[in-house]
Amino acid sequence: MTGKPPVRRVRVTHQRTEAVTRLPVRPPIREIDEQTRLGEVYMTSLVRSQRRLAIVVCALTTLLTGGIALLGALSPRFSHTRVLGMDAPWLVLGVLVYPALIGLAAYAVRHAERNEHDFTHLVHRR
Amino acid sequence: MSDTAYAVGAVTVVAVTTMAVGAFGLRRASRTSDFYVASRAVSPRWNAAAIGGEYLSAASFLGIAGLVLAYGYDVLWYPVGYTAGYLVLLAVVAAPLRRSGAYTLPDFAEIRLRSPAVRRAASLLVVLIGWLYLVPQLQGASLTLRTQTGAPHWLGGFVVCCVVVTAVAGGGMRSITFAQAFQFWLKFTALLVPAVVVLSVWHQRHDSIGDGYPTAQRATTVTTASETKIRVQTAEMLQVSGQLDGRDVDARVSLAAGEHRLGAHTRVALREGDVVPVITSLPDQRNGDWLRPLGSGKDHPLYASLSLILAICLGTMGLPHVLVRFYTNPDGRDARRTTLFVIVLLSSFYLLPTVFGALGRRYVPDLLLTGDTDATVLLLPERMLGGLPGSLLGALVTAGAFAAFLSTASGLTVSVAGVLSQDVVGRGRDAKRAHRIRAFRFSSIVAVGVPYALSLPSARLGLAAVVGLAFAVAASSFCPLLVLGIWWRRLTDVGALAGLITGGVLATAAVLVTVIGGARDGWIGALLEQPAAWAVPLAFGVMVLASVLTPGRVHPDVARVMVRLHAPESLDLALARSAEAAQQPAPVPAPRTTPVRAEVVDRSSR
Repeated sequence: MTGKPPVRRVRVTHQRTEAVTRLPVRPPIREIDEQTRLGEVYMTSLVRSQRRLAIVVCALTTLLTGGIALLGALSPRFSHTRVLGMDAPWLVLGVLVYPALIGLAAYAVRHAERNEHDFTHLVHRR
Repeated sequence: MSDTAYAVGAVTVVAVTTMAVGAFGLRRASRTSDFYVASRAVSPRWNAAAIGGEYLSAASFLGIAGLVLAYGYDVLWYPVGYTAGYLVLLAVVAAPLRRSGAYTLPDFAEIRLRSPAVRRAASLLVVLIGWLYLVPQLQGASLTLRTQTGAPHWLGGFVVCCVVVTAVAGGGMRSITFAQAFQFWLKFTALLVPAVVVLSVWHQRHDSIGDGYPTAQRATTVTTASETKIRVQTAEMLQVSGQLDGRDVDARVSLAAGEHRLGAHTRVALREGDVVPVITSLPDQRNGDWLRPLGSGKDHPLYASLSLILAICLGTMGLPHVLVRFYTNPDGRDARRTTLFVIVLLSSFYLLPTVFGALGRRYVPDLLLTGDTDATVLLLPERMLGGLPGSLLGALVTAGAFAAFLSTASGLTVSVAGVLSQDVVGRGRDAKRAHRIRAFRFSSIVAVGVPYALSLPSARLGLAAVVGLAFAVAASSFCPLLVLGIWWRRLTDVGALAGLITGGVLATAAVLVTVIGGARDGWIGALLEQPAAWAVPLAFGVMVLASVLTPGRVHPDVARVMVRLHAPESLDLALARSAEAAQQPAPVPAPRTTPVRAEVVDRSSR
């Protein structure tokens, strides 16, 4: 605990009439519905974020499968390693690759839903 | 004889159950939309099991194990690709496609591009891919019935055709949804139980596959069905009765290393430890190579692996029977969740065929002589266990195999028949309901009849390999259409048409050359056998280029379609709804499923 003086209270006031502040605010959702330029910007932002996610997931899938394929093709040590009584390549491509795919799928679902959730918040804001 | 009885019993039970569920659905299917997509009211878990049930075909159930036995490590890419394809589908198309509200791929083409020409091209491709995919299902059925009961080679496929037409024409897709979900679990059990048993037997025996050529594990007699060219790896003495190299023999003969010709119906008796001669269409590599990456004995194995992965990953989204299932999800979010469940289910399932294939190399290597390696799954339990347990497990895998043929064949038949009845037989969407249902029933007969006729003269290429070709065609035609259609505003009808034709024609030509002419050697053979690696980029390129060259043909309504494809349903945009109502291409506008929809709105607008 430091010996600083307590923060001073500040009074925040608001004139309880909406007449003054009520600018013609249109919810963004109407911009989309009415196909204005602004609405298009909103939609483009959603499509862009989802497209980025799709590209990331596809890139990770390529990295995973391509990596295993190249490892098998280029590394004789990998091909001759034995783990848990199985040849390492069989363990990787027959078993371990599947949990990795499930993990990627879960990642894709979670992030796609988050993107949509964020977008919903954005356009419902007033 | 008792084995035959068990197998016949198993097939009968599966067939009758499928038809019974179909008949049950008939009473409930009252609208045309029920026939096509089960009124879109199926929960993600049910839907995922149904997708799995429909997807796990003869190729997955029998084909993968057979390929593993023959080629080894490299074909493990098939099941991995079959699963990864759903990951790509999930990331790239699942939700937008559901939101498009289309029933079929041609519907999607029409909604996105408003072009009857693109729609017709897509319809043609759906029928082509569907038939390419149906042929191996029917061949698999014939193989199964022949292996397990000695039935004539046309019978298995015929049984499948009859059951499918009865179930599909009777109940449409609603009944199929429940039947499919049931069949997933049947197939899973039918592989899981025998796999666990044979693995534990394997462990008890402390057996190993070894590094040498595959040898008979015990005395076995093999009979050739037709004239067979074989390769003998090391000179050995074998008991042969029938024709050998054009001479009649019935004795122990010495076979020099190299190629020999066996006549039809020739019996070869292998004793324990004899090196198994291999049919010339399959590689004859040692087990040591078979176990290693790129040891499949094919030319250019790395190219083949990579191109195969590409074809399967991108082709999954273009399979007609898979896509139609996504419309049974209530909304885009559920479509994604369904896909996640599908990946979990497939991941569990695909652990199993590898077990059969690997143990098959030790216990049923005699299949290498006849080339009937697709029978690995069917024969392995009986061969390893023998007696009553072996027969019962054999009956179980037979039941599972038939479930596989029936479910995939009925799913494909629904899709192909849907396209045929809407775009070919039917007279557009204005026809009367009764007429449309009659057209659908008639189309379903055509949809399985043609591939059945094609399946009879069997140019055998391995079930999973033929299915792989269907994937290649789908990847080089529908994948660019879907990906660009969903994510790129500037796609035009001209571009789509050019890309569909380029990719579809090139991939189909490569496929036909391979199927009819057989596999070739060298780079040409590798490129033709696995066309995806060059056909997919080419199709994408043509589609993009032709679209860029025709900027004036971008549809003016594209913004509205994009909103509909990408905006979450929970927003309840009037625009998306009006777009859907305006463009409903279905014969009867499908009712939105109000309870589910209300719940979604609830959750988001707390």
